[in-house]
Amino acid sequence: MFTLDPLPPPALQQPLARLRLCWPAVLRNGLTTLAICLLISLGLWLASDQRQLTVQLVYSVSIGMTSWLLIDGGRFFVDAASPTGFPRGWRGGALIGVGVLMGFLFGTGLGDLYAGRSTWALLDQQPRAFAMLLLFTMVVGIGISTYFYAVGKAAYLQSALEASRRYTAEAQLKLLQSQLQPHMLFNTLANLRALITTHPERATDMLDRLVAYLRATLQASRATTHPLQAEFDRLRDYLELMAVRMGSRLAFTLNLPAALAHHHVPTLMLQPLVENSLQHALEPHVQGGRITVSAQQRGAQLVLQVHDTGAVADFSALAPTDRNATGFGLRQVRERLATRYGNAASLHFSTPAEGGLLASMTLPIEAIESIKSTP
Amino acid sequence: MNPNLPATALIAEDEPLLAAALQAELASAWPGMRVLATVGDGLAAVRQALALQPDVLLFDIQMPGLSGLDAAIELADAWPSPGAAARPFPALVFVTAFDHYAVQAFETQAVDYLLKPVQPARLLKTLSKVQLALVKHASSAMDSGLTSFDPMAQVMAQLRGLLAPALATTQVSSAPLQMIQASQPGSLGNTVRLLPVADVLYFEAADKYVRVITQDADYLIRTPLKELLPQLEPHSFWQIHRGTAVRASAIHSVNREANGLLSVLLRGRPEPLAVSRLYAHLFKPM
Repeated sequence: MFTLDPLPPPALQQPLARLRLCWPAVLRNGLTTLAICLLISLGLWLASDQRQLTVQLVYSVSIGMTSWLLIDGGRFFVDAASPTGFPRGWRGGALIGVGVLMGFLFGTGLGDLYAGRSTWALLDQQPRAFAMLLLFTMVVGIGISTYFYAVGKAAYLQSALEASRRYTAEAQLKLLQSQLQPHMLFNTLANLRALITTHPERATDMLDRLVAYLRATLQASRATTHPLQAEFDRLRDYLELMAVRMGSRLAFTLNLPAALAHHHVPTLMLQPLVENSLQHALEPHVQGGRITVSAQQRGAQLVLQVHDTGAVADFSALAPTDRNATGFGLRQVRERLATRYGNAASLHFSTPAEGGLLASMTLPIEAIESIKSTP
Repeated sequence: MNPNLPATALIAEDEPLLAAALQAELASAWPGMRVLATVGDGLAAVRQALALQPDVLLFDIQMPGLSGLDAAIELADAWPSPGAAARPFPALVFVTAFDHYAVQAFETQAVDYLLKPVQPARLLKTLSKVQLALVKHASSAMDSGLTSFDPMAQVMAQLRGLLAPALATTQVSSAPLQMIQASQPGSLGNTVRLLPVADVLYFEAADKYVRVITQDADYLIRTPLKELLPQLEPHSFWQIHRGTAVRASAIHSVNREANGLLSVLLRGRPEPLAVSRLYAHLFKPM
């Protein structure tokens, strides 16, 4: 329906800060590694009765824990910015490979020290046995690391999904809030209250328009497009409501050629532009002003324009140079246009010679036709 | 409350239907109250309040030209200073449709306010408070020996309280502005001058521009004073009026004018600058 900004990257890029934050996961990895090492040494001890259990334990635990420390600690220093918490691409593979190899060398050294013998001697005497030992360590080490990596990545994806859901919900809420401004709502209700006793027919008419306006606003988050005629009808409801409130200070014209009435457009795209004109060009002025909304076809494009009669100094806030400072409503319009049409649609503001501010929205007609065929 | 207590009122509300409805509600709740005029914008509100000197003001907050709050501040500056002939400053009631922060501020500052749509019960409650204040004014005026009750001072304290949150949030500038890009006077914006902020003596809002005044020249910028002030080094410039901020260290003297208002003289500038009653507390002798 509308674009969302890409998720912000994790703010914590400091390796040690990340380490502090992830320590429960690191501890869990360490304990898991320790448990696996104990199991392996038990298995090896049962399989062969050559060594004592304690010796087997020292070898296994030294190799395992060294590898774990190097890999789990190293990931906070190699590619610390990685969003999954594990280095991306070849650096991840290299970290695991180097970590397990170093673990093997260092752990075997520790085991030798404890057992009082040299595993390195096997290199000359039984190269095949040494290779099997190294291969076994590497396979187990890489297996455990890959498992930890998969668990960490799943947790990351889960939290990213939740964050993105939260973000979408927030954006929708903000959109709804920007369209249902309490100030507008309560002022309209106050007018309605005033009219009920003095002019019941006008009150009924105003209430009908308010209902249509509220229904359109609440539905805008569900339907993505509607015919241009519907867009103009909703604008008329809104402007009639404002005209009751502002009295003679507001004059408006809606120009929709019959030939364009059936073209589909994204819902309530013109509304923020009209609100903007009211807020910046008409409401601040004692004498009020006029708003003209028009639609026209220009080649293969649909051009929708909102023109107001604001005094010259007032659109400095909206001047082409600082368009970004135009509030949430207009930003939403731009984002929705960009999502739906990419570069084929545009919204820009200009200050025509006859005065006031002119907002022009250009949409491709082809895209509009194609939307019509897809519900 | 006493429905027949005689009083006069001024309504400032830009939506004609709401103004008429408020007037009708007032008429039934307080028949003794005479609405002298109904105006649709803040500037007219100040003008008419000065001309008619009513007992009660009902000001909408969001109005074209000048907001209800700004109109009240402007009016306080223009109101005749307390004296034998002067009428006391009117009782102020703000009216607003929805403004979360304003309503919070009203509550904490004990300012009378009404929420639109105006409910009769709430209107009666507010009007009773207004009557109480009016009776208090009248008795203190008769008791000429005791001039302890000063409605103007109370209104100023309340308005200052209302504006305090807005002023406080402007104190967040990470790197204070050092240079100002201003148009050279008479160059029609074709020549831009870079002015060190340190050379600026004061800023003065003029129409849609802000004048930047140094010892021997003045320049124009488009940035509104409201946006400019937070960018300056905190406390280096003091706002002394809605449209004036002066370099605190350049202030030479403060004088009380015949109309009771203060004015500031800066070192190096001949013209006195008016101090709004809202900011007069800055210059109380220590």
